Amino acid sequence: MTAATEMPATPGRPRVGLFVTCLADIYRPNVGLAAVALLEQADCSVEVPQAQTCCGQPSYNNGDLAGAAKTARHTIEAFEEFDYVVVPSGSCAGMLRDYPRLFASESGWRQRAEAMAGKTHELISFLTDVRGMAAVQASFGRVVTYHDSCHGLRALRIKEQPRRLLASVDGLELREMGDSEVCCGFGGTFCVKYPEISGRMVADKAAAITATGADVVLGGDLGCLLNIAGRLGREGGGVHVYHVAEVLAGIADVPGLGDPPGSGGEPR
Amino acid sequence: MQPLSHAFKERSVQALQDETLQVALNRAKDGFAVKRARAVDGLPEFDALRDRAVAIRNHTLEHLDHYLERYADAVERSGGRVHWASSAEDARRIVVDICRAAGARMITKGKSMVGEEVGVNDALEEAGFEVVETDLGEYIIQLAHEPPSHIIVPAVHKTRGQIADLFHENHQKYGLHRKLSEVPEMVNEARQVLRAKYLAADVGITGANFLIAETGTNVIVTNEGNGDLTCSLPRVHIVTAGIEKVVPTAEDATTLLRLLARSATGQDLTTYTTFSTGPKRSGDTDGPDEYHVVLVDSGRSSMLADDFREMLRCIRCGACMNHCPVYGAIGGHAYGWVYPGPMGSVLTPLSVGLKEAGNLPNACTLNGHCAEVCPVRIPLPDLLRTLRHREYQLRLGLKPLRWGLAAWVWFTSHPRIYRLGTRVQARMLALLAGRKGRFTRMPLAGSWFKGGRDLPAPQGETFMAVWKRRQRERKQ
Repeated sequence: MTAATEMPATPGRPRVGLFVTCLADIYRPNVGLAAVALLEQADCSVEVPQAQTCCGQPSYNNGDLAGAAKTARHTIEAFEEFDYVVVPSGSCAGMLRDYPRLFASESGWRQRAEAMAGKTHELISFLTDVRGMAAVQASFGRVVTYHDSCHGLRALRIKEQPRRLLASVDGLELREMGDSEVCCGFGGTFCVKYPEISGRMVADKAAAITATGADVVLGGDLGCLLNIAGRLGREGGGVHVYHVAEVLAGIADVPGLGDPPGSGGEPR
Repeated sequence: MQPLSHAFKERSVQALQDETLQVALNRAKDGFAVKRARAVDGLPEFDALRDRAVAIRNHTLEHLDHYLERYADAVERSGGRVHWASSAEDARRIVVDICRAAGARMITKGKSMVGEEVGVNDALEEAGFEVVETDLGEYIIQLAHEPPSHIIVPAVHKTRGQIADLFHENHQKYGLHRKLSEVPEMVNEARQVLRAKYLAADVGITGANFLIAETGTNVIVTNEGNGDLTCSLPRVHIVTAGIEKVVPTAEDATTLLRLLARSATGQDLTTYTTFSTGPKRSGDTDGPDEYHVVLVDSGRSSMLADDFREMLRCIRCGACMNHCPVYGAIGGHAYGWVYPGPMGSVLTPLSVGLKEAGNLPNACTLNGHCAEVCPVRIPLPDLLRTLRHREYQLRLGLKPLRWGLAAWVWFTSHPRIYRLGTRVQARMLALLAGRKGRFTRMPLAGSWFKGGRDLPAPQGETFMAVWKRRQRERKQ
């Protein structure tokens, strides 16, 4: 299978390879569509290599560095032809940026990994910091709150960027939650290895979200959002969960994560 | 101390269900983080200081042998004695021997984490000495016969009511016959009892925050002044310290002190900062007759030679645990040894072995808050990940996880099969979830639901499938 070049690149527009992430691919294709739409608004030529799979984080964070390196080689091969690699997840983008660490003793692969790390960006910070996007054309007439996912926040310094773009969304009111920078308790395999601790953390997060009175919570990482949506769903409350890109691209008119199909995101 | 880290999972679940503990943890929750943030905001050069501190610690560790020798020489010059303990047993034996030789009966102690680490109290009590902790928090947990649950606030897991009960049970012999209810009353009660102990003590044992190589000086910080009384009133002062505590100069120590209290309690400086150098000199009005330093290695030199050298930069401020959401949920005792939270999750497996403490580096979401606040920039999540790697190499982790990872790696490097598998999975899960849009339970995925949460269902089609279809439509 080759990296399909579906759209002819226009001169002057950067060629962006979209690494959609395994969670968005399986759980939330709408996030991938939102990313494509936003990147095209930012005057990028977007391609989606068909060979892409997972970033390798499950192996990396569970000590299987050889397995992570294998996945990393695969991802590098699929993406190194692009000007940029853009990922709608701070966590997976952070993993791609960590690839050089996996090849400490293989100089050839280390150089390729470094080149890859240097052109990899999380979606929202790419739009604002690299492409200079200052506003979006979208409307969303609801009160939202925003969860800062840890890897984006701390490894990639993503904090103001999504808020800046959200401020330009017509009708949207952002109401900050307490402890927005505290981990939701997802943590990859952590959430199933220590479900009770993880459950307590996400219950605290859900409480902070509901305390704002917002009817929608947004974030930039599907792992965290699945966890949060799972808890909010269990509590049966009326808070809906979307990836921030869905709102920025104006396609959050589908049911939120864990909402009944066809509900259009209305209170369940 | 006998580690209980192998039982982390059970102990963490018990901690979550312990309502009194949860009250205590919730009360402490944001206090330190907020105070630290305020102190850091008030010091514009805080980050530059951190860089200086990292440089000081790295330089010292690079030349640790040299600075330890300089320090030991300076201690001997000032009339003190240095004892080298390569193991916890050595340290216990040395301390007991010094106390025996001094003909001691009563021993007061300042707070010392290395003392907890080597188990000095148990050894002294077994040898027949009366040992009294003088830090209020340590005193409380000594009454409760418990280990500390935090490295700077040892009794943070106790509620006011529990502390009142402890005084009521233990202080009848000192004439306390009513239940105390207010904090100042309890502080005063402890102070009255401890005062008599200070005066009766033959030996005072303290830890060390820093050991200054150029002068042979021991630095300790306290907020109660108990450290001063412990090291200056008894005839004999024993300092127990890890070998990594040494710093080259007094100026280096002050640089680190500026970070320590701000990171720990959010104070600019602790109420007391005590410098002690050698025994009482002729003409001094007070001070001990004998001054001993027990320098403890107990695994530190192997950390120095290993991938974990950066951990030896730790100045024991506790900021990592104050900002750790896992620690915040379960408290310190669940970790099962002396050092809890992120720093403990690195130190414990290195000290007691990964077989005993393999859960600790895994019980972390890698959210990075600890590294962000660490005054000496220890990359704690990276060190925890390195421990996971070591565990994986030693085949100590969960077998099903290992198989699952191997299958996932195979799957992710075979894109055609991956595409097919993910399409089937997305479609199946969406179908099975039906009108609800989420699962409340699922076979083989019980652990997810044990966290008290549902599992959202996929939208139904994978992105890759949607994209391929769109590309076909665009071409037409």
